[in-house]
Amino acid sequence: MEVLGHLIEGIMVALEPINLGLAIIGVIIGLFVGAMPGLGSVNGVAILLPFTFVIQGFTGGATSPMIFLASIYYGAMYGGAISSITLGIPGASTAVATTFDGRPLALQGKAHVALMTAAIASFIGATISNVLFTGFAPVLASVALNFGNPEIFALMLLAFATFAGLGGDDFPKTIFSICFGLALSAVGFDIISGEPRLIFFDIQGFSHGIRFLVLAIGIYGIGEMLWTINTSRYGSSMSKVEVNFASITHALSRFREAWRGTIIGSFLGFFVGILPAAGATPGSLMAYGVTKMTSKNPEKFGKGSINGVAAPEAANNAASTGAMLPMMTLGIPGSPTTAVLLAGMVIWGLQPGPLLFTNQPDFVWPLIGSFYISNVVAVCVNIAFIPVFLWMLRMPFTILSPLIFVLSLVGTYAAYMDMFDVWLMVLIGIGGFFMRILDYPVAPAVLAIVLGPIAEPTLRQTLLQYETFTIFFTRPIAGPITVIAIILILLPGLQFLYRKFKGA
Amino acid sequence: MRRAEIVTAFLLGIFSVYLMWKSGDPPAWNPSIPRFANIGFDETGTPGSGFWPFWLGFIMLICTIWIGINWVLKKSPQSVSEEPFLDDFGKKMLLTVGGGLIGFLVFIHILGFYGAIFVFMIYYMKFLGRHSWVLTLIISTALPVICFFFFDIAMRIVLPKGYLEPLFIPLYDIFL
Repeated sequence: MEVLGHLIEGIMVALEPINLGLAIIGVIIGLFVGAMPGLGSVNGVAILLPFTFVIQGFTGGATSPMIFLASIYYGAMYGGAISSITLGIPGASTAVATTFDGRPLALQGKAHVALMTAAIASFIGATISNVLFTGFAPVLASVALNFGNPEIFALMLLAFATFAGLGGDDFPKTIFSICFGLALSAVGFDIISGEPRLIFFDIQGFSHGIRFLVLAIGIYGIGEMLWTINTSRYGSSMSKVEVNFASITHALSRFREAWRGTIIGSFLGFFVGILPAAGATPGSLMAYGVTKMTSKNPEKFGKGSINGVAAPEAANNAASTGAMLPMMTLGIPGSPTTAVLLAGMVIWGLQPGPLLFTNQPDFVWPLIGSFYISNVVAVCVNIAFIPVFLWMLRMPFTILSPLIFVLSLVGTYAAYMDMFDVWLMVLIGIGGFFMRILDYPVAPAVLAIVLGPIAEPTLRQTLLQYETFTIFFTRPIAGPITVIAIILILLPGLQFLYRKFKGA
Repeated sequence: MRRAEIVTAFLLGIFSVYLMWKSGDPPAWNPSIPRFANIGFDETGTPGSGFWPFWLGFIMLICTIWIGINWVLKKSPQSVSEEPFLDDFGKKMLLTVGGGLIGFLVFIHILGFYGAIFVFMIYYMKFLGRHSWVLTLIISTALPVICFFFFDIAMRIVLPKGYLEPLFIPLYDIFL
């Protein structure tokens, strides 16, 4: 009941005009970035993070900026489906699975059915995961309150190990990415000894460290845009969509066929979303696979099945809330987008982690309340403005891309007033583009640069306090987490040995 | 792609060694301390300031060697790929868009943000996008104007103006 009371209070704060207005603007921006191929929630929150200082300046707290960014995150999950269905190009990686059946439906002249199914399934997926989040978060936070340095470091290790073991990318490249991100986070001053370190080529700009925003905007504002231009070659063709009252009611009447996919997607998405390195993309792909596998008519999948649209869309929305759970309760982001949100919280002066629930209830509960509000706003805006988004999708990439470049450069300068950071951001972006072509995963590096400032001090303080590495194995909570992390790191090797043994 | 894979691994390997070398820098106020004295544990049992980055650099170096071995054994997709690292479109795109961004940065130092936005938008929309002059000029002019009123006037975040600074003084007199 206490949780319910907090939640109602939170929803009331989220409904205050300024917060509601920010949620609506955030959702619209999110729908747009989600719908534009090449841009996803992470691009939206990374590029707009500097602008939240302005919001904080007006409102004085961290709640409104966070509601704004969380709404972008939400909106993007809805928006991804629009281009997946009408263009056949996923608006974001999270909507890849939506193209499998969404595109065939569009080609059959049923784009309106696919778009409505995606919107309603997204709403249900997000609502179910919001309820699960509200139930789990305070419990997990209270358990995590007992965590000391060894437990926190073990959790960090687990987050990185999940990327290495389950990420599915090239193993040495993933490990390289993680270490690269951690090393970049160490540039500047050593907070324990106070010594300056890693001042590359003695350039004084490095003495303040490599700021997270510089890295995030560089990778997601510049690098990803270059990559998208290189792969899309500025072109795509859109399916015709009829959106009017009759088509909406027809689509709604067909939604009852999509219940199974929606329910499977909602629950699976939430729990997969909690896992670091998993998140919305694998969540939606798994939901699609499970729904197909358990369907009575699996042969219809890939040819325009409504369940094939509902499952991934419910899952990616559910996973986005799921990924918030470890970020809010443990201070460990589960995805690049939540990593940006976590970095935002630090910039706004909050200390993420379990103490957030006890020390900052004025921040936590309105934010959770805003999840519910943003969800309602997102489904309404999505359905009401589908024609507008379709019109916006026709915007040539040769107009959109320079706008994003300008926004990235101006945003980076406005955040720190330092041209060194702007140069570094562009160079990181160009470097990120090359790494992307060669399949070096960038998400682990982004997570690592956020977690680095927590991982290093906790490791060093643990070693100072206990003077042995074995403490990570002997503590009752840290021990099992460390062992699981090591198993996950060894997983690719074990799989290789298993295949070799089986082959022999 | 195959050659780019090994060249990149080699360059990242050099970076890893540089990272290890820099991690061992003695503190500026006491250069008599030998290099790499800080990568282990000090007398109080605390890992030194170079401990974390040095060993990260070491793991990165191992990873680049591993990538190199995979390349020799042709075990990674890139090491067997016959596709070019960047095709003609990619090279042209990198030159025009990446080069345009570097040009944008240089112009910021000369014309300030607003002048550079104007030039960059014209370059991108007219010469890369082949849009009409009318549309190009509308967007190229509107964007810096909106940015000026948002940042300089509303938010009081003063963006650099380069040699165009005197042009903005009358605007400050009117709006501030």
